[in-house]
Amino acid sequence: MGWLDLIFPFLEIGFFSFGGGYGSIALIRDVVIRNGWMNDQMFTNLIAVCESTPGPVMVNMATYIGSKMKGFPGAVVATACVVLPAFVIMVLVTILFKNLIKKKAVQAAFSGIRPCITGVILATGLWMGISAVSAGTDAVDNLKTVLIILVLFGTGFLHQKRSGKEISPILLIVISGVMGGILYSF
Amino acid sequence: MIAELFRTFFRIGAFTFGGGYAMISILDHECVEKKKWITSEELMNVTVIAESTPGPVAINCATFTGYKMAGVAGAVAATVGVVLPSLFVIFLISQFFENLLTVPVIARIFRGIRAGVAVLMINVAVKMFRGELASSGRKVLSSLFAAVFFAALLVSDILGLNFSTAGMIVIAGIAGWLLYGMA
Repeated sequence: MGWLDLIFPFLEIGFFSFGGGYGSIALIRDVVIRNGWMNDQMFTNLIAVCESTPGPVMVNMATYIGSKMKGFPGAVVATACVVLPAFVIMVLVTILFKNLIKKKAVQAAFSGIRPCITGVILATGLWMGISAVSAGTDAVDNLKTVLIILVLFGTGFLHQKRSGKEISPILLIVISGVMGGILYSF
Repeated sequence: MIAELFRTFFRIGAFTFGGGYAMISILDHECVEKKKWITSEELMNVTVIAESTPGPVAINCATFTGYKMAGVAGAVAATVGVVLPSLFVIFLISQFFENLLTVPVIARIFRGIRAGVAVLMINVAVKMFRGELASSGRKVLSSLFAAVFFAALLVSDILGLNFSTAGMIVIAGIAGWLLYGMA
């Protein structure tokens, strides 16, 4: 694999990662699967690691994939590429286009991009759920995954009801990990 | 100043778990309260700009603060500083993570987490969509946008097509410019 095969995908991710960390997960998954860099299972493992280490998820993912592809230099290059668009755009916005963001046409474009991102994130989450459930060895195994998903939704719902706040992503990951460690052992 | 920017953002980068908005409160503490590099109004503005430009909020804030304090060199120092800690941590993890997964218990834990991440994504999408509906002046159009791109991506996943997400965002931007702009 050449360096350009690493540079262009990560510039693409950096440039189109609207909607925060989760928007970028959908985008990175698309690029990672399209290029055959890893399968869905490995990709989800990676999300778990990147969620539970310091730093933005999207930058962490770039570092990991770059490191797997081309060692430490790969990690540096992929990280730089994923950060570069945000860096350049931020400097330009600060210097030149302070008012550009407020322009009507720009706002209209963002009005389309925001709901699009929510749809993209929902589809990615749903598809990840479907592939997690169907990845088991038999029906009982698959039911265990369904059980984990139901418990997680239930816990999230109850937590929201009782405290008025949403459940923290780290807590959700911990619960799912503990449940997986226990349930899949039988 | 450059070294000070680098040091401060390196520390911020090392201690922000969860990224994104968890970082705003740390930035507020470090850059607004302690160092007085930026005002809380500026931090607010950067957050708004960060929401409508690509890239993580952390990067946007570092770049802005660095640029304000010391120009392009400051922007580079702050941005590199905020990224470096996780670069080292993740590089180290990438060296042994796959071996770790060959341990059966760890593999089971991560299978559970796989389901957890899916739930996490669905929760976030629902929350974002609700927020969007609450603030959007054109709720039907916004719902339509979400539904169309949701369906497009799901169909592309099921059929194994390779729809590019970046392409969808471009289409959504152009369509948004045409449809929302006409109001």
